[in-house]
Amino acid sequence: MRPMRFSRRDLLKAAAIGAGAFTVQANAAEPVTPTLVAAATKEGKLAFYTAMDLPIAEKLGKAFEAKYPGIAVRVERSGSERVFQRIGQEMASRISGVDVVNSADAAHFIVWKRDGWLAPYLPEEVARHYPAQFFDPDGLFATTRLWLSSLGYNASLVKPEEAPKSFADLLDPKWSGKMVKGHPAYSGTIMTATFQIVRELGWPYLEKLAKQKVMQVQSSTDPPKKLALGERAVMADGNDYNLILLKEAGQPVEVIYPAEGTPTVTGPSGVFKSAPNPNAARLFQNWLHSREAQQLLVDVSRQHSVHPQVEEKPGGRRLSDIKLWRDDPVGVEQASDDIKKRYAQIFKV
Amino acid sequence: MTIALPAENAPRTHRIDLSWPVLILFAAVLCVLIVLPMSWLFYYGFVDRTGAFTLGNFETLFTDPDFVDPLVTTLILATSSSIICCLAAAPMGWLVARTDMPLRRTVRALVTASFVTPPFLGAIAWELLAAPNSGLLNKIYRAVTDAPQDEHLLNIYSLAGLIFVISCYTFPYVFVLLANALDRIPGDLEDASAILGGRTWTTARRVTIPLAMPALLAGALVAFLQTMTLFGSPAILAIPAGFHTMTTKIWSLFNYPPKPELAAAASLPLLLLTILLLRAEKLILGRRGYSVVGGKQGNPRLVQLGKLKWAALAFVFVILLCPVFLPYGALLNAAFSHVATSFVSFNNFTLRNIHFVFFELSAAKLAVKNTFLLGVASATIGTLIAVVIAYLTARRAIAGHRVLGFLATAPVAIPGIVLGVGLFLSYARPPLVLYGTLWILLIAFITIALPSAYQQLQSAFRSVHTDIEDAARIFGASRLRTLRDITGPLLRTSLIATWCFIFVGVIRELSAAIMLFTSETKVVSVLIFDLNESGDLGAIAVLGLIMLVITFAVVILVNRIPGFGDARLRST
Repeated sequence: MRPMRFSRRDLLKAAAIGAGAFTVQANAAEPVTPTLVAAATKEGKLAFYTAMDLPIAEKLGKAFEAKYPGIAVRVERSGSERVFQRIGQEMASRISGVDVVNSADAAHFIVWKRDGWLAPYLPEEVARHYPAQFFDPDGLFATTRLWLSSLGYNASLVKPEEAPKSFADLLDPKWSGKMVKGHPAYSGTIMTATFQIVRELGWPYLEKLAKQKVMQVQSSTDPPKKLALGERAVMADGNDYNLILLKEAGQPVEVIYPAEGTPTVTGPSGVFKSAPNPNAARLFQNWLHSREAQQLLVDVSRQHSVHPQVEEKPGGRRLSDIKLWRDDPVGVEQASDDIKKRYAQIFKV
Repeated sequence: MTIALPAENAPRTHRIDLSWPVLILFAAVLCVLIVLPMSWLFYYGFVDRTGAFTLGNFETLFTDPDFVDPLVTTLILATSSSIICCLAAAPMGWLVARTDMPLRRTVRALVTASFVTPPFLGAIAWELLAAPNSGLLNKIYRAVTDAPQDEHLLNIYSLAGLIFVISCYTFPYVFVLLANALDRIPGDLEDASAILGGRTWTTARRVTIPLAMPALLAGALVAFLQTMTLFGSPAILAIPAGFHTMTTKIWSLFNYPPKPELAAAASLPLLLLTILLLRAEKLILGRRGYSVVGGKQGNPRLVQLGKLKWAALAFVFVILLCPVFLPYGALLNAAFSHVATSFVSFNNFTLRNIHFVFFELSAAKLAVKNTFLLGVASATIGTLIAVVIAYLTARRAIAGHRVLGFLATAPVAIPGIVLGVGLFLSYARPPLVLYGTLWILLIAFITIALPSAYQQLQSAFRSVHTDIEDAARIFGASRLRTLRDITGPLLRTSLIATWCFIFVGVIRELSAAIMLFTSETKVVSVLIFDLNESGDLGAIAVLGLIMLVITFAVVILVNRIPGFGDARLRST
């Protein structure tokens, strides 16, 4: 097990050093210029392909529209693996639909970079503030958000003392027929989480889990919602941020960060070379990684930002207090086809 | 009915024979619609990754349990659903068409409502009602019986649940076919039987049932095929339960990395089965065919039910609870609640979902626009194509009419999702790149609608005896003129019904659309499916209800177009 622990303070330190060290990037960095805004406004629209929870993505879009009137953001929301397949299909037919893409599977950016589909565009704030591990040196993408694939339970169906504490606890027969989980062939969060679960616990864990009559949904945003409905008592994976939002909205749901460690997921964004609205795309990419947008994202979605100036709401659980599993996009890129295949064999769907 | 032809409208002129151009034109259209995508499918079914000939795809298909299980499931599903549809639709059709049960028109309108409801929307509504733990009906059950939390009355995430939900939205096909057939059986035949001493039951057994049998059999077949090729409901209900049907399996083969060869191979057994079933239907019905609309017609005779008519009405309304009242209630409840499966009251209702769909959901406007544009275009073009082909084949107007008939019926055997793949393979590459435009969806929707539209109109043509047309021809009218002035007006109801049928079909369509849409050409069904995958049930409820309202408005409007007379919803 290789738990990764980093605190926001570390990030800040890294950024402070980075500010001096990355002058090369700072030179290549792109500010928001009046020319860019004018050109973007002339285009008047952009398509934002993303996997983040739809209401949150729409809120970001509306905030951008408020800041830059006259540019309409159309959110195309689906699971990351589905988005990946759709973009591949569209590109193969030379249809350019996507302007900016945000995926929950960081491995996709390795593929898109290799295929030469991404446009180099390094927003000024990314170059100046983001730790180096969170953006591409060629400026093709930057990490927009960071969150966890946790466990969780419905507190009106399960008493806190009886709730599972770890992945191992989920294999207890008492949870048979009571769990819900997302699908790695649909969701980037679940793909990333499954990769880390396999790395840390091995396939036998998933084989045993599959015998627990798990309700199989698609998106990682759905298990939290199924918990809130009371449809299932425990979620075996899914994202933590929807659970936190639901809890804040008064629903009886609780997040569990499993004892073995919690899968970490990063969601980068990039501009496509073939973007039909290239200026609006760049303006959006720039804005999306600004302190302003990142603060909004953290506030409305309870995800984490790698922008060191962004403040987290007090009271929430800090990343540094959670035992985290390391995110490994390179590993996911190599393993993803195999994971999809084996997963379908084990879970039958 | 008398047909009067003013003399000045029947000049004796010799016209050019349009048969050959018409044949060639329509054959060409059908090739674009059907032959090209089908050829690609066959090609892909028999090649491997490198493009070399192989039977390996079929070997995988019939030995790998991952494929055999879904195939068996699909057959169980289609057979059960077909039987249930007949059991529900036959008595209902008879009650509505041949008895004095009250509220018969209302019942027809309500069946129309269940037909207009997209099956995937119905499936989602039934999740709200009968999910084992959160379903509203299960909550009521637990509240009433004091049963413990993990006990449930209904579990929609099961094979039985899936069969039930599919039947809810497939039985209208059987009902409409049967009710229309019963409508057309003239009362004089039954009167004749009664005069000759036949009792009610004898008349029913010897006259009414044999006359209605072809329609019931056709209905059972349509229900079977509809169920077999349905994608949305199984995707919504079967996958959470951990099993696949053929369509969801084929769909999963297009997850990255896509395996079109296996998908093509997997679709060929469905194709074969459909052809066999259509043959079997022909064999059973033999040469039996009844032209029941002739120059003269008596009104259908209504059976007096007496006091039983209230029992009959109660029976019908209990059936209609399942596809209409309960799901619509659940959707309305979800539209106004914070959590989709909690009961709305004055204390906790919210307009958040409505605000979200109208002011935040940025993909909604384009999707609604695309959907209705495609609906109107497909319905208009589809009806035109179907009416000409149906006429040519029903009247054997030109040599080669059989080919046209076969081509128009062939798509019935192709699951929408497979057609989507075929069209994608055909039109996502030069010379004709239609992928990414609405045209490819238009082609898909027309193709999917064509078999039923054609069958509907063909049976309508068949039921109009040729003696009326012959009369016009004897007076010197050309074929096209006869079609326009005589047959067309007689078939007005059927034409409107077919238009509405295709229009509603487009609204219901998900399986081909899910393969063919791009972000610019998204339709509402795909949007709803996306929302379901991310669990946004409140937004689905609002969007679904908007959809239903607009669809009803269009259907009612079309039925009220001046000049189209008083054609009613009943035939849709």
